[in-house]
Amino acid sequence: MDLTLWTYEGPPHVGAIRIAASMDGVHYVLHAPQGDTYADLLFTMIERRGQRPPVTYTTFQARDLGGDTAELVKRHVREAVDRFQPDALLVGESCTAELIQDQPGALAQGMGLTMPVVSLELPAYSKKENWGAAETLYQLTRGLLKQDVPAAQPQHDPKRWQQQGRRPRVNLLGPSLLGFRCRDDVLEVQTLLTMHGIDVAVVAPLGAGVEDLKRIPDADLNICLYPEVAESTCIWLERNFGMPFTRTVPIGVGATHDFLVEVHTALGLEPPSPEEGYRRSRLPWYSESVDSTYLTGKRVFIFGDGSHAIAAARICSEELGFQVVGLGTYSREMARPVRAAAKALGLEALICDDYLKVEAAMAEAAPELVLGTQMERHSAKRLGLPCAVISTPMHVQDVPARRSPQMGWEGANVIFDDWVHPLMMGLEEHLIGMFRHDFEFVDGHQSHLGHAGGAGAASGVPDLSDGPEVDEDALVWTPDGEAELKKIPFFVRGKVRRNAEAYARQVGCKEISSETLYDAKAHYKA
Amino acid sequence: MAGPTLLKESGPREVFCGLTSIVWLHRRMPDAFFLVVGSRTCAHLIQSAAGVMIFAEPRFGTAILSERDLAGLADAHEELDRVARELLQRRPEIRTLFLVGSCPSEVIKLDLARAAERLNEELQGRVRVVNYSGSGIETTFTQGEDGALAALVPLLPASDERQLLLVGTLADAVEDRLIHLFGRLGINRVSSLPPSQSTALPAVGPGTTVLLTQPFLTETARLLRDRGATVLTAPFPLGAEGSRRWMEAGAQAFDVAPSQVATVLDPLMERARIALEPHRQVLAGKRIFLLPESQLELPLARFLQRECGMELVEVGTPYLNRDQMAEELALLPEGTPVMEGQHVELQLDRVRDSAPDLVVCGMGLANPLEAEGIATKWSIELVFSPIHGIDQAGDLAELFSRPLRRRELIHPALHPTQPDHPVHA
Repeated sequence: MDLTLWTYEGPPHVGAIRIAASMDGVHYVLHAPQGDTYADLLFTMIERRGQRPPVTYTTFQARDLGGDTAELVKRHVREAVDRFQPDALLVGESCTAELIQDQPGALAQGMGLTMPVVSLELPAYSKKENWGAAETLYQLTRGLLKQDVPAAQPQHDPKRWQQQGRRPRVNLLGPSLLGFRCRDDVLEVQTLLTMHGIDVAVVAPLGAGVEDLKRIPDADLNICLYPEVAESTCIWLERNFGMPFTRTVPIGVGATHDFLVEVHTALGLEPPSPEEGYRRSRLPWYSESVDSTYLTGKRVFIFGDGSHAIAAARICSEELGFQVVGLGTYSREMARPVRAAAKALGLEALICDDYLKVEAAMAEAAPELVLGTQMERHSAKRLGLPCAVISTPMHVQDVPARRSPQMGWEGANVIFDDWVHPLMMGLEEHLIGMFRHDFEFVDGHQSHLGHAGGAGAASGVPDLSDGPEVDEDALVWTPDGEAELKKIPFFVRGKVRRNAEAYARQVGCKEISSETLYDAKAHYKA
Repeated sequence: MAGPTLLKESGPREVFCGLTSIVWLHRRMPDAFFLVVGSRTCAHLIQSAAGVMIFAEPRFGTAILSERDLAGLADAHEELDRVARELLQRRPEIRTLFLVGSCPSEVIKLDLARAAERLNEELQGRVRVVNYSGSGIETTFTQGEDGALAALVPLLPASDERQLLLVGTLADAVEDRLIHLFGRLGINRVSSLPPSQSTALPAVGPGTTVLLTQPFLTETARLLRDRGATVLTAPFPLGAEGSRRWMEAGAQAFDVAPSQVATVLDPLMERARIALEPHRQVLAGKRIFLLPESQLELPLARFLQRECGMELVEVGTPYLNRDQMAEELALLPEGTPVMEGQHVELQLDRVRDSAPDLVVCGMGLANPLEAEGIATKWSIELVFSPIHGIDQAGDLAELFSRPLRRRELIHPALHPTQPDHPVHA
């Protein structure tokens, strides 16, 4: 048993609903009690969809449990098939149905239905939403394509478009409903590829039908746009059809360039010029412009799903000149690459789905900017830190009316704005520094653009430094020590206080004055 | 027989389960914590249903069952004790811990009553532990509140004192106002269940007269009767008429002279009439379809028909307690279809066929209906908003007139060429 006050991911059947709802002509019969229908509001309210997800819930009740729940399942399957006439049927169960072991998938498969029926086994007590989405896409694709798997060694050649006298074509796999900005990312990546003379054959699951999934092997290459959802499918397609797939997720200027190189190389095309990012995106110049100098070394804490966290770490350290002081993910499936990305930055990755631990790690890292999920936005608010949201879980705010991709050149522009605006802008910060003794600039003042506003340390937000250690070790801050500490920007003040105290203890000093502060500063810088 | 036509339907439902009640109960009792013993789905449900992103650290959580618990590798009771201890350590201000049963905990027959007993022993009165079920296989949406309150009834101290007990969660301002009005009627001992502090439980006994403020408190009412209380049946305090009759029932039980009632309530009724008038102008003659969700549907339908002049196409309710609702049913026009239970697909077919002006429904259905061009009102808003009492009648009507006024405001501009075409499919 785990105590959870809030969770980053839903149960695996919600992942399955994401796949069904993303597609055309796929219906999901979910053996589940009343109440599990709440999942509909994720789509109709949070994603503001004008349609219910294509799910028939059996909504069994306690009184049904004594009787024939198998018959109940079959009745709902029959009704759903008659009413919706889907091209493919997914059948599965939620956590409670798993316990009563009706095996709805097997029941449905025995009903002689004419459309493909995919039985989903999504262990609700050990797996979570993204895994459920990945497994569903994989089972559906495999179910539809397994009779087409070549008996002998697959003879897939990603360069065959050259002989066939046509443009190369690729599939975009992974974008789904309730994925972070997937709708806009698909458009952006399509534009990007089209500019390079590459056609997009199938986008799946978002907007794909059953016939589209069957066409997947006709393309030359699979683009694994969102590994959380598509990687297992891509691996299966590679193993059985010999279709290669891309590893780079094109978020950020560098990653978009690497992605283009990867795609071009796989297809046997001349890779694009490394200058392209500079010409097509504003991020490089904006980052190089003098106003951005203030971004240098800004301490950033990153937490989110695997793909977006890894991408954010690279953008922060290589393209914005930030210092990444924390990197983590709630997706255990992505732990390995996130660990590697953290290690490359000299950090230890935080793999954890307890938001309170994430908040504690955030406080400890004393960042100046947080890139996280909506929950980290709340934690950051409590700590008085500016924050931008980079990852699911979805909030109605993450489905903006305007186009707002994360991927490709335009995605890089969006990222520059979204991540940098919560900070004080350079010129503004500079002026505030010059006028900091002016009474108008209260402690913790931030930009009117900043999401955290002036809330910072000025308005009674608990100071990170309020630790018990002061009393325990009988360290005393002298008035001039306190005054000096106040001059330090609030977001690093906690860290400085801790450092000063640690230093004082180390050198056996009981009183912390301004001199001790400077000594500690010199000590830790050295 | 005269009165509404009572119908039943069963099939796929689209109604929240009883766990959802936690989202208003935890606000009512800030010193209580609701620990759902269930699955990741339960945790995801309450966080999504309440949009609890707005809470930094909510006063509810889930003890998520894992494979280890199910396979018997871990003793579920020991695990639950451990989780409860961890929680109470983290939240020392908690005075009452509700262990809330869910679908999975019921199916595996995890005995939460025994767990509560054990924890009570261990905690020795520092924290009181009670249990109830909010599972979707046993309860719908608002029934969770019934379960929580029913769990408190055995803990209420006994008292023979003559008093009025208001049962059901009300907004604080509304509660204060009602207690004030009863005071003006001469009823001065009025207490509430649930109390705003979980430890300040009201007393109950043969001198207690109970007025239910919400129609979904069947089990709580039964247990209060067992404790000797008299539970009045009256229309529920929604709308001016219902609220008046509800207060009159209380006044009668306390032998308040009708002239005194008239002196206190007549001016309020006149004011309510004025407050209702602009909304009545929007709502009169409009057709409304209520899908089952909160069990407030019958009193709301009665209010909308009698005080706002709306036409009732169909009134759904998750289940119907005929005794408790007798007075409400009697006030509905003859032949009104009252549908108990749900087959959501067939019901939506009837919605489309009847093309009502307004549909009351759960959150999952609202936007799809809006996209088909049908104006909606969320059921959940009606359990969160202060709508009880004569003084609130205008506000209650406004909740229904607003979606219609909004359509009138924006529809012509957004659909200049085809005013009657659905927004988008």
